[in-house]
Order: sequence, then structure tokens, then C-alpha cells
Amino acid sequence: MTWELEICRNSCNARLMGDLSEFSLTVKLFLKAYRWRKIDPIPWAALKKPLSECRLALVSTAAFVMPGQEPFDESIRGGDFSFREIPGDTDVRQLIESHRSESFDHAGIQQDPNLAFPLDRARELAERGRIRSLNLRHLTFMGSITAPGGLIQQTAPAAAQLLVEDTVDVALLVPV
Amino acid sequence: MCNQTVCLVAAELERHGISTVVIQLLRKVAECVGPPRALFVPFKHGYPLSAPNEPRRQHAVIEAALKLLEDPALTPPLLADFPASFP
Repeated sequence: MTWELEICRNSCNARLMGDLSEFSLTVKLFLKAYRWRKIDPIPWAALKKPLSECRLALVSTAAFVMPGQEPFDESIRGGDFSFREIPGDTDVRQLIESHRSESFDHAGIQQDPNLAFPLDRARELAERGRIRSLNLRHLTFMGSITAPGGLIQQTAPAAAQLLVEDTVDVALLVPV
Repeated sequence: MCNQTVCLVAAELERHGISTVVIQLLRKVAECVGPPRALFVPFKHGYPLSAPNEPRRQHAVIEAALKLLEDPALTPPLLADFPASFP
């Protein structure tokens, strides 16, 4: 199950530019005008040991919540930058998807939450020894955060601290 | 915006010593925001790991992402392309 990956730098041409055609005109105009936050300097945590010795955590921005957890707040201007902890033994079919965005098709992740929160796939990685273990908790955000100041200054550091306390080695982050 | 959000969270995790790889559905966002390691996938929004109830295809994307973590020769900002067609 291996393919040659084409590694690019930021000077890549637009040949494989993500497709905006599925968005409404309003969303396209917003994305064109939006000032993306550039990560500078870019931090780099090199893998310190083989993946087979690593603990993995998942982070998804598909706004999944557990039954009984407070749903993400659609009314917050600039986006709800809070996160939810999802226990590692959760049955993904129990998760409730509460993403507010109307700019993507929700049908796929509602049919199979693994599509954006691959907890079953991660368990399979651990079962076959590709990773050592799965963390006891994983994190979900609602990714539609247009004003990310609170995310950058508050909740992302808090999320990182939790995963450090859990001695997580690697994280796979999946948008929707 | 989901694409930017995962990049910003990944950066914070890396600052705390956790190695990360992010999936990206919009190449332009990955280029502008510049996460440490990103795998651009040619799937429509809402389908970051390709298709629902397709474990083999989902594993293919995840495996490609994990490979980016393992190559010691790679340096940031790292942006790789998942093949537009795969088995």
C-alpha cells in the first residue's frame, strides 16, 4: 500500500490547487479576501523514535461531540474555538456531528465518522503494530474559525498541554 | 477554515514537542499558512480520507501521512501530494 508522494515547497505552481468550484460565490469571495495566518517561524518536532514505539492522538475539526457533551456554539462570531475530549474507547457511531458550515457535504462523515475522525483506523494501526498505542483521549474542534486569536492563544496551547501530559508522540490532524 | 485550524493546532503541538502531520483539502491554504508537515489530498470537502465505509482507502491516505513523519531527510514547510488516482 505505497505510492510515490510528490514533495513540494511553497513555490509550487497551481497545478494541483484545491478545487474551489464546489463553494458558493459568497464563500469563494470570502476565501479570496481572507488573510490567512502564516505560521512563522515554523516549529518542527522531528520523530524521535520509530512509529511502532509511538503513541498517537487524533485531532479532527469535524465538530464531533459525545452524547451529553455540550455542542459547539454556532452563534459565536469568529467561530467557537473550544475543543472536546473524545475518549479513546468511543464507538465512533455514537458521535454527533455538529459542524455549522454549509460549505461542505456532511453526508459522508455522518455515514462514517472515520472519514474525518479515523478512530477505527487508528485502532487498526495499533493492532497491527504500526504504532505502539492509541492515546486515551482525542480532540475535536469545529474548524470554521475565522478569527483564530483565541485558538492560537488559548485553546491550542491547552490542547497541546493535555497531549503532552498524556505523553503523546505523534498527532494526525484531519480537517473537513 | 478547517484547513487553517488544523495547521494552527499542529504548530502548537510541534512547539510542545509532538510530531504532527495534517491533511489538507485546499492546497492554497497549506501554502499560505505553512504547517510543518501536510499531505494535500485531491478529495472534495467533507471527504478528507476519501470515502465513507472504505477502510482500505482511508488507510491509504493515513499511511501516506504517516510516511511524512518517518522520513528524516524532510524539512519544513513540508507539503506532499496524495496521488489523484490510487487503487
